[in-house]
Amino acid sequence: MEERKARVRGFLSTFFGNHSLGDSQDIFALGFVNSLLAIQLVSFLEKEFGITIEDQDLDFENFKTVNNMDALVERKKTGTLMPL
Amino acid sequence: MIRATESPVMQIELTSAQKEARRRFRAFVDEHIRPYAAQWDRDEAVSPKVIEQLRIRGYLGVPLRRFEGGDMDPITYGLLTEEIARGCSSVRSLLTVHDMVSLGMCRWGNSELKAEFADPVANGEMICALALSEPEAGSDAASVRTEAQVENGEFVLQGMKKWTTFGQIADLFLVLARCEDKLAAFVVPAKTPGVSRKAMKGISGTRASLLAEIELKNCRIPKHYLVGKLGFGLSHVISTVLDHGRYSVAWGSVGIAQASLDACLNYTSQRRQFGCELREHQLVQRILTEMIVQTRAAWLLCYRAGYLRSIVDPGAYAETLIAKYFASRTAVHVANDAVQLHGANGISDEYPVGRYLRDAKVMEIIEGSSEIQQISIARCPLAEI
Repeated sequence: MEERKARVRGFLSTFFGNHSLGDSQDIFALGFVNSLLAIQLVSFLEKEFGITIEDQDLDFENFKTVNNMDALVERKKTGTLMPL
Repeated sequence: MIRATESPVMQIELTSAQKEARRRFRAFVDEHIRPYAAQWDRDEAVSPKVIEQLRIRGYLGVPLRRFEGGDMDPITYGLLTEEIARGCSSVRSLLTVHDMVSLGMCRWGNSELKAEFADPVANGEMICALALSEPEAGSDAASVRTEAQVENGEFVLQGMKKWTTFGQIADLFLVLARCEDKLAAFVVPAKTPGVSRKAMKGISGTRASLLAEIELKNCRIPKHYLVGKLGFGLSHVISTVLDHGRYSVAWGSVGIAQASLDACLNYTSQRRQFGCELREHQLVQRILTEMIVQTRAAWLLCYRAGYLRSIVDPGAYAETLIAKYFASRTAVHVANDAVQLHGANGISDEYPVGRYLRDAKVMEIIEGSSEIQQISIARCPLAEI
């Protein structure tokens, strides 16, 4: 899980410059997220972790923090359908 | 993002299957599109016959079928788009909008929506159009005023859309609207009571692409016609749609540039001035060289974007922005040079280059103007090549 979070942080760091991102920090509140990042993030999570993000996964909570993205990936990989 | 097969290395070369596909596309365009493009431009309407030909050959809905496991890779799809644009940008614009909407609908639509529309859209029985722009909302798509309200378990839409490509004949619209103060995307069938459309005439470029204004008055649609969720209409649904549109427009721009170049290579080898063919003059050679190099560079950027799409690399979004930006500007420059090389003939409708220039200018505006691309590219972190 920690390794997975590190990969997510690594991807986001390319957009966030010198900002050091904490795992529970709200990336939307930081003001870095635009529509291009939003859609690239979906593509990254899908390719990096071999999951498919579907319409029912579209919940800002799922993408708000590194921890939440990690939890989303975990649920998708284990087939758990309940959102956060 | 389109699902894809893995490719171990980046090859700056088409596969034999891609070359064969391009040969087929060229033959189709040379028989069914190029000879009629000027007339469609004058008529301000492509012929229903060519739409039927696209349907028969399976050229409508290709990305959707690929998303569902079909077999045309992104580069081959780019070649198809390039070749069709070489013949007629208005026909290319049908592929662009139909495929944008069908892909967005199937990428983010719910299972009930897909069960209802995926098949007829994938085989081109139903034509799709994007109802995004409004009289007061162009580049600033988030400022749309079209509203959707929830009433008795349905959505009720009100608003006015403008610049809807193929809006005159589309069967389905993907509409961006505001609902509970959140942006959301909805599928609205054209036959829905309250939908009316008005043809837009007198457009200078892609004149045959059947633009329309779409008015929505108390249009009631079932709840499952919402694509994605409330609040994700622009950030995910329309972003997916526009990403595909930029990819299509980038290749289409290369098609215009190539058509302009082909016309000039032909013209300058036949036209004689000052005792020799135009192509013997060094200043003409300079222009031809710029046209060739710019067109080739644009093609390579499109190829790179296509390669990244084929390996489902997240960096494909940024590379597609770059390809669209460069290719659309190239199309304008090359078509402008083509008119110049044709002299007075260039501004006559006896030659196609004037149409190419008008069509090229459209490419710098649609799916994000060049200025919007500049803002996006400058802000976007880029992977190493």
